[in-house]
Amino acid sequence: MTLFFQNLVNGVLLGGLYVCIAIGFSLIWGVLNIINLLHGSIIVLGSYIAFYAFTYFGISPFLAPLFVIPIMFGLGYVLQLGVLNRVVDQPVLITMTLTFGLDLILNNAMLYAFTADYRRIVFSTPFENIEFLGLIIPMDRVLAMGLALLLTLIFYLLLRMSRTGRAIVAVRNDRDAAVLMGVNVKNIYAVTFGIGSAFAAAAGCLLAIVFPISPAASIIYVGKAFVICVLGGLGSIGGAMIGGLALGVIESMGVMVAGPEHSVLIAFLLLLLILVVKPTGLVGKRGYE
Amino acid sequence: MSSVTPPLRISSHVPSRRALAVFGILAIIVLLLPVVLDNYYLRLMTTVMMYCVLAWSWNFIGGFVGYPSFGIAAFFGLGAYAGAILLSSKIIPFWLSPVVGATVCFVAAVVVGLPILRLRGHYFAVASFGIAEVFREIAMSWTDLTGGGMGINLPPQKPLFGTDAMTFYYMMFILAGVTFLTTLMVARSRLGVAFRCIRQNEAAANMIGVDATRSKIIAFAFASAFPGAAGAIYASWVGYIDATDAFDILISIKAPVMALLGGVGTVFGPAVGAVVYLVFEELVTRNFLKFHAGMLGIIVVVIILFLPTGVLSLVRQRKEKMS
Repeated sequence: MTLFFQNLVNGVLLGGLYVCIAIGFSLIWGVLNIINLLHGSIIVLGSYIAFYAFTYFGISPFLAPLFVIPIMFGLGYVLQLGVLNRVVDQPVLITMTLTFGLDLILNNAMLYAFTADYRRIVFSTPFENIEFLGLIIPMDRVLAMGLALLLTLIFYLLLRMSRTGRAIVAVRNDRDAAVLMGVNVKNIYAVTFGIGSAFAAAAGCLLAIVFPISPAASIIYVGKAFVICVLGGLGSIGGAMIGGLALGVIESMGVMVAGPEHSVLIAFLLLLLILVVKPTGLVGKRGYE
Repeated sequence: MSSVTPPLRISSHVPSRRALAVFGILAIIVLLLPVVLDNYYLRLMTTVMMYCVLAWSWNFIGGFVGYPSFGIAAFFGLGAYAGAILLSSKIIPFWLSPVVGATVCFVAAVVVGLPILRLRGHYFAVASFGIAEVFREIAMSWTDLTGGGMGINLPPQKPLFGTDAMTFYYMMFILAGVTFLTTLMVARSRLGVAFRCIRQNEAAANMIGVDATRSKIIAFAFASAFPGAAGAIYASWVGYIDATDAFDILISIKAPVMALLGGVGTVFGPAVGAVVYLVFEELVTRNFLKFHAGMLGIIVVVIILFLPTGVLSLVRQRKEKMS
C-alpha cells in the first residue's frame, strides 16, 4: 500500500511539470490550429539556457524563467511573424511538416552546439528528501512542481486579465468576429506563439532541475504534450492540468506494474485508446476561459 | 478540410499518353542502367526507387484521400522486421520476403486503420505518429522475437540477379513498378474518384454513395503494404536492422515531403519529388556530416514556404504562360 501511495505522490509531482509542458502546446494548437512539433526542442533549449546560466554564472535554475521567458517570447514571436504566419491557414499536412522541419533545424543545432552528452545540474548542497507518513518526498521535485503551478497560474491570469489575453481568447473562439472588433490577428498569432514558446522554455528550466538534459528528449516531450492535450481535451488550462496530472499518475502507476522501460509505450497506447474512444478528451470543451 | 492542391479537374489526374510514353522510356533506361553503373550509383538508384515507393505509397492516403499520415515508418519497420525474422529463421525463401512484408503490413493496416481512420485532421496525424512509436516500442521490448536493442542480423542471400547490388536494384525496381502501376490504376478507376471525393468533402462523398470507410481503409492498406515490402527488401539489403533504424521517424516525414516536393495527389509527382529529394539529401550528407538533419530541416522549410504545390506545378505554370 505504501508503494501505491509513493507512486501516487511521484505521479502528482511529475504531473505538475507535465502541466507546464502542455499549456503552451495546447494554447498554440487551440488558437493557431497548429501542432507545434518544435515544442519539444524549445523545452530542451530552455533547459540548456538554465544549465549554462547555472554553470557559468551560478544563477539558480529556479530563477532562470525570469530571463528565459522574455528571450523565448521574442524568438517565438519572430518565428511566427516571419515563418509560420505564411502557412497558418493551410491544412495540417503543411503546418505540421513545417514545424517538423523547424524542429530538425533547432534540434540538430543544439546537438551540434551542446553535443549529445547528458548534462545535469548539480547543486552544491543537494536537496533533502522529506519523509512523511512513510513516504519519501523529494524536495527538488516539490519546489519544481510549485514553480510549475505558479507559472500555470500566471499563464491563466495573462489570458484572463490582460487585454492581449482577451484578444487571444477572442481569436480562438471566433477569428472573423475578432477581426471585426479590431483585433490584429497576425499580431495575435505571433504573440500566442511567443507565449507558447516562452512557457515551454520555462518548463524546460524546471525540468532541468529534476532530469538530465539532452536534445534527444525533445521528441518525448512533444509526445507527452500530445497525450496530455488529448487526455484533458484541447483548449483549456483546466484540461491541460487534468491531463498533465493524469498522465503523471498513470505513468507512475504503469511503471509500477509494467516496469520503467515501458513508460513511453504506456503513454502512446493511452493516446491511441483515448483518440479512438473519446477524441474530445476526458473533459473536452471549447475555448480558453 | 481544404486541400493542398488547387481545385482539381479529374482529367489532370490521368496522365497523358505522351507523359506515360516518356515515363516508360525512362523506366527502360533505368532497367538497363546496371550495365554501366558502378556500385555507388547502383546503391543511389536503389535508394531512389525505394524513396519512390515510399512517396507513391504515402500518396494513396495523404495525396488522393487527403488524410495527413505521418506513420509510414510504422509499416516500413513492420515489413523490415517481418522479413528479417522469417529470413533469419529460414522459414521463407529470399524472393518471398517482400511479398510477406507487404501481406503482413496490409493486414496490420486494416486492423489499425479501422479505429484511426475515424479520426480527422490533427487527430489522425497524431494517431499515425503514435502507431509508429508504439510499433517501435514493441520491437524494442519483445526481445525473444526481435532481438530487442540488439537488433537482427540477416543471413547473406544468394543473389537472384547477377550480383548482390543488382539483386536489390531489381527487387526495388520491380516493387517501384508495381507501386506505380497500382497508383495509375487507382487514379483511373472508380476507387480513385471515390478517394478524391473524400478529400474534397467526406460527408458529401458519403451522401452520393461513396463508402468512405471502405475506401479509406483500402487507401491506408495500399499506403502500408508497399512500404512493408520496401522494408523487407531494405532489411536484406543492409543486412542488419534494429528498432531505431527500421522505425526511423525521418522515414515518416520524408515520404510526405517528397510527395509535396513533386506534387501531392498526382501520379508522377511523388517520383519526381523522390528524385529531387535524394539529390538534395546526397549533397547534404556529403557536405554537412554533422548538420545533416538540420540541413534536411532547412530543405523541408524552404519547400513548404516556397513550393507547396510541388515542382511539377512550376513546369505546368510555365507551360500555361507560354501557351
